[in-house]
Amino acid sequence: MGVAALATAVAAAFLVLPLLALFLRVPPSSLFHAAGSSVFRDALVVSVKTSLIAHACVLAVGTPAAYVLARRRFPGRSAVLTLVELPLVLPPAVAGVALLAAFGRYQLLGGTLHALGITVGFTQAAVVLAVAFVESPFYVRGGVAAFEAVDDDLLAAARTLGAGPARVFFRVALPLAAGGLAAGSALALARGLGEFGATIIFAGSLQGVTQTLPLAVYAQFEANFDVALAIGTLFVLVGAVLLLLLKLAPAWSRSASISPFRPAASTSA
Amino acid sequence: MVALRVDLTVPARGFDVGLALDVGRETVALVGPSGAGKTTVLRAIAGLVRPERGRVECDGETWFDSAGRVDLRPEERSVGLVFQDYALFPHLSVERNVAFGGRGRVGELLDRFGIRHLARARPRELSGGERQRVALARALAREPKAFLLDEPTASLDAHTRVVVRAELGELLRELGLPALLVTHDFEDAAALADRVGVLVDGELRQVASPADLVASPADGFVASLAGGTLVDGVARFARDGLTEVRLESGGTVYSTDEASGPVSVLVYPWEVSLGLVPADDSALNHLRGPVVSLAPVGNRVRVRVGELTAEVTAASAERLGLAVGLPVVASFKATATRLLPRSPLRTWPAERR
Repeated sequence: MGVAALATAVAAAFLVLPLLALFLRVPPSSLFHAAGSSVFRDALVVSVKTSLIAHACVLAVGTPAAYVLARRRFPGRSAVLTLVELPLVLPPAVAGVALLAAFGRYQLLGGTLHALGITVGFTQAAVVLAVAFVESPFYVRGGVAAFEAVDDDLLAAARTLGAGPARVFFRVALPLAAGGLAAGSALALARGLGEFGATIIFAGSLQGVTQTLPLAVYAQFEANFDVALAIGTLFVLVGAVLLLLLKLAPAWSRSASISPFRPAASTSA
Repeated sequence: MVALRVDLTVPARGFDVGLALDVGRETVALVGPSGAGKTTVLRAIAGLVRPERGRVECDGETWFDSAGRVDLRPEERSVGLVFQDYALFPHLSVERNVAFGGRGRVGELLDRFGIRHLARARPRELSGGERQRVALARALAREPKAFLLDEPTASLDAHTRVVVRAELGELLRELGLPALLVTHDFEDAAALADRVGVLVDGELRQVASPADLVASPADGFVASLAGGTLVDGVARFARDGLTEVRLESGGTVYSTDEASGPVSVLVYPWEVSLGLVPADDSALNHLRGPVVSLAPVGNRVRVRVGELTAEVTAASAERLGLAVGLPVVASFKATATRLLPRSPLRTWPAERR
């Protein structure tokens, strides 16, 4: 018991100490000063804009995709589920190189896009693609589990009551999966906001264009460490809020459902 | 007039369920052990499970026809399906649950089922009986042309079951819709249905009124389902036109049925009387044995004597001082002793009985 308690204390201290140092190192006055710097404001705008666009795309495409993956049985389903999760285990730098290989000017799709007058690499669109690429597995994975947990009989009952597929989805499946979807969404959003490796390789780090907050931390930590620290504290606060939402979301979804949850077999594999 | 015509082959767990049944404006119960494919049949009629082949017609409309390649989607079939666990939407209030089926008659249905005071409640706040009423109201809100009920009393406690059974019986008579209910409980079927179909191993053994099933069961399985006790023996013709059966467990009984060779003797518990000495009455059959078990069922007691089961009033059990081990004599008339051919599957699984 004593050893276990000590181990817990060491782990907690190790994880909390750097965060604490961040706050101790930055006096509130310099925090406000740093927050007023153009680097910080530009990066904040780029981050918020690209994250929101990327997140909206992930929600719009990921929600129906998760529903189909959770409810339909088709050949190759587990292969698709595995592929969807692949970006989770890739180093972000590999994701960046891969995106460059796909959308870069002289690469797989880049030539076609260029012919159409679209350039992706090193633009804000590249940031959006990079963020969506790394965060979507978090959302789809959580979404599949959330939709799988919805009792089959409820969807069947809705259909026998005259509801077509769209009404079943919006009136029954979506509200019942809302808790799990919100949790996946928060996790994905946090991952997207913190995205660094894929973005710096695929989109570069141009202030006001592709320099997101994490890239600004990297760019500033030699030039103006206070700005880097200020951005760092902001991330800790945003992260804490998202984590809190994450903890609350399953509680909402549980209270909204009396159906016994089925184990989400496909996502545990 | 036939309102619902079903002729289906549906794949179930490990076997096919084949069922041909015409349901008029009446209630038909499908009874069978768990895993007999009863629920699958209901789901196939509602369009939730695709049958291998066959036809489903309702009110002159074809819902499914494997030959004509008709297969209406569940939402296109005017059917009210009440799920075993009711499948109420947990995120919607009672009122919105009912309105999901159709908005036209919500108020009327809430009143009809006495659940108006629960209109704003969520399903998890309701008792089992209340949930069932919401499920019935919701299914009827769609104004279905056929009514399907899956194990309507299985998820209720014994007391609620009696109340709900009475309510349900009244509702089914009042609706006048073709109704098909599945249950593993013969008492449910006998109380609610005009006709009962016994489904075993994916096929219909017998379809008849509950009284006819009891009076002339097709085989031992149906008889034990209807509550009878079966004892094996060998029959031969005796004097006075009676049949004498030597029981394998010892003892001899007489029957007015004609038979010879190996038979199953069927006696219903309510036709067996118990005494401490052989009764001096018209009953011809007397079997002696110690009481094996006593089980109270409402105001009656089920008494196991050897292989037989007798059902006596609690008052009689007390007067006789019945206790496990007490030697008693079970008496029943030769006219109440039915002889059936032995069939391989003849006992009803001891399930919720």
